[in-house]
Amino acid sequence: MNRHLLSTEDLGRDDALLILDTAERMARVAEASVRKLPTLRGRTVVNLFFEDSTRTRTSFEVAAKRLSADVINFSARGSSVSKGESLKDTAQTLEAMGADAVVCRHGASGAPHRLASWVRGSVVNAGDGTHEHPTQALLDAFTMRRRLGRIEGLRVTIVGDVLHSRVARSNVWLLATLGASVTVVAPPTLLPLGVSSWPVEVSYNLDAVLPKSDVVMMLRVQRERMSAAFFPTEREYSRRYGLDVDRAANLPEHALVMHPGPMVRGMEIASQVADSARSTVVEQVANGVSVRMAVLYLLLGGSGEVS
Amino acid sequence: MSTSGDAWVLRRVRPLGGEPVDVLLADGVIAAWRPPGSTGPDTEGLPPGTAILDTDGLILLPGLVDLHTHLREPGREDAETVESGTRAAALGGFTTVFAMANTNPVADTAGVVEQVYRLGVDAGHCDVRPVGAVTVGLDGQRLAELGAMAGSAAGVRVFSDDGHCVSDAQLMRRALEYVKAFDGVVAQHAEEPRLTEGAQMNEGVVAARLGLPGWPAVAEEAIIARDALLAGHVDSRLHICHVSTAGSVEIIRWAKAKGWRVTAEVTPHHLLLTDDLASSYDPVFKVNPPLRTAADVAALRAGLADGTIDCVATDHAPHAAQDKETEWAAARPGMLGLQTALSVVIETMVVGGRLDWAGVADRMALAPARIGGLPGPAPDANAAVAVGAPATLTLLDPTPWQVVDPNALASRSRNTPYAGRSLPGAVRATFLRGRPTVLDGKIV
Repeated sequence: MNRHLLSTEDLGRDDALLILDTAERMARVAEASVRKLPTLRGRTVVNLFFEDSTRTRTSFEVAAKRLSADVINFSARGSSVSKGESLKDTAQTLEAMGADAVVCRHGASGAPHRLASWVRGSVVNAGDGTHEHPTQALLDAFTMRRRLGRIEGLRVTIVGDVLHSRVARSNVWLLATLGASVTVVAPPTLLPLGVSSWPVEVSYNLDAVLPKSDVVMMLRVQRERMSAAFFPTEREYSRRYGLDVDRAANLPEHALVMHPGPMVRGMEIASQVADSARSTVVEQVANGVSVRMAVLYLLLGGSGEVS
Repeated sequence: MSTSGDAWVLRRVRPLGGEPVDVLLADGVIAAWRPPGSTGPDTEGLPPGTAILDTDGLILLPGLVDLHTHLREPGREDAETVESGTRAAALGGFTTVFAMANTNPVADTAGVVEQVYRLGVDAGHCDVRPVGAVTVGLDGQRLAELGAMAGSAAGVRVFSDDGHCVSDAQLMRRALEYVKAFDGVVAQHAEEPRLTEGAQMNEGVVAARLGLPGWPAVAEEAIIARDALLAGHVDSRLHICHVSTAGSVEIIRWAKAKGWRVTAEVTPHHLLLTDDLASSYDPVFKVNPPLRTAADVAALRAGLADGTIDCVATDHAPHAAQDKETEWAAARPGMLGLQTALSVVIETMVVGGRLDWAGVADRMALAPARIGGLPGPAPDANAAVAVGAPATLTLLDPTPWQVVDPNALASRSRNTPYAGRSLPGAVRATFLRGRPTVLDGKIV
């Protein structure tokens, strides 16, 4: 394993599988009566969140605590960071506190890369700007493998605001590494100009792709994109790219519906679909803890066997 | 040390890389060419106190002129001063720099341009020609008092809102027309502002991967096309700053073919570096316009070689450490350039044969002097090093490859994109009207 987890683009197949396999073992911990391992006792994990994200921060916090690590939540809001302290100064502060791992969420693409060059501990990217969100992709892959038994050969369709989505980028690289074939579906305005270089098929037509999908992953579409003329109205977006009940009926019977959350119900996904049996939305949250346990365990070289 | 009026002999120097000669500098001009090695301390007829320099193997070029330098004074003296910036310029072989207007206060009045001009005179390392802002406060709304700046002691001839595009077409037209009265030129920072809102790097494959908002080539090309049409329409001079895309080169080639008075510059970094360097997320590679693709680099080199692009200009842009040691999006755009420009031009244009030394002299000295309206322009490179020409000269050792050490640069800032990179050539001496500003690679 690398010392940091900054992206899935530079995550090799063996390391990705090691994380997923380790996460399986971690999931069994969650099912045990005492849901705690002593492996990271005495180690310090700092959650450094420059953007609000209660669900991701909580997931990392639970993961670290189940491994008996000390957890410090360092939120940018209300701290010196919001008073203009630089990322570098924050890094030096964490360094002085002796953080073994820094879990970083930041609004600027590449911020965790910069952080990694300034601290001795491991850096885990918990979402940076519109770049990557590697643990989300890992938990998505973990969820697919648990539900469908494999990733190799799966046809995965990613729908929505790919241009601004760190979840999409991380999924594209990881799924390609693990042998799935990925199609991205979006209005052309919400695809990056350089998408032609990605290991994906591109389609503007969701109806054509759904019957050939084993997994459909819906991305959140922020309403403010509308004012920047990425699409004309919510209604038109929803009609052309939303997963409503009628559309979901065209999916193969075994197909999964995934969403990284938070969902905009009625926009990119209908409530009935989000709550249906093929939806993995809640499972993804639970799997997130297992995957993040595995990542922290592997990066920090936790001692002791995971039973 | 030496003072103005001293005489110098450059023994066995190679004017424009040609056959060695002894060149006598006296009274601020090139006084004589003599047979190589024929001139020594005992030679008759030399002015008293003549110093003999062993310049065997060095190439003699006219003093370099940079049309595009940010000296940061007044306002950001923590990043650069006129003194430190012109020191870097002299060490890089420059004898004139045009100081961009985006200071604080903005150089949009006669008072500010005269201040910068006088700081340059006081520093004495090279001539400083202030650039005047086109619009008040660079805000793109109202014309600054261009005539007052032109008529000031600074004698401004180049006007630019660099850092900002004069995006209003009507205002640009007026500026182009207005400066004709004093043979001025508007130097446009070509960037359609709506197309580059929030832009961080070249829009393309690398940006898509890195999740950084793209700065599309069309945002530059659309403005160049518009302004070339405007310049043609009102028969004015237009200069395009830091051309960065293959498409821009094509449009400028087309505008020149029309006979319109359009000139253009390219920076050293756009001749050498490409956008994949952003993969490190190190903002030392963040610059505006952004680094582009290898295809753009090839087109820029070809354009500079065939004269479509008239000159090299550094866009030397010092930034304090706290403005670069940040996440990419928070960093200011810009790179140091004065002390590495000639080396980068050697690597990209001379090695490989795109330009000979006369070509380098044209693109880095004669053409920028002409565009900037410097007095007494030499008709060609040979004339610029011939007897009677001003002794405003650069002596270059073309052979050594040296690793760039940011801490060894004269600038107050350290944001060179070439740190750790080996570049060819070393400036050994610079003369300004017969007076050495650099000798043996060191400031005099």
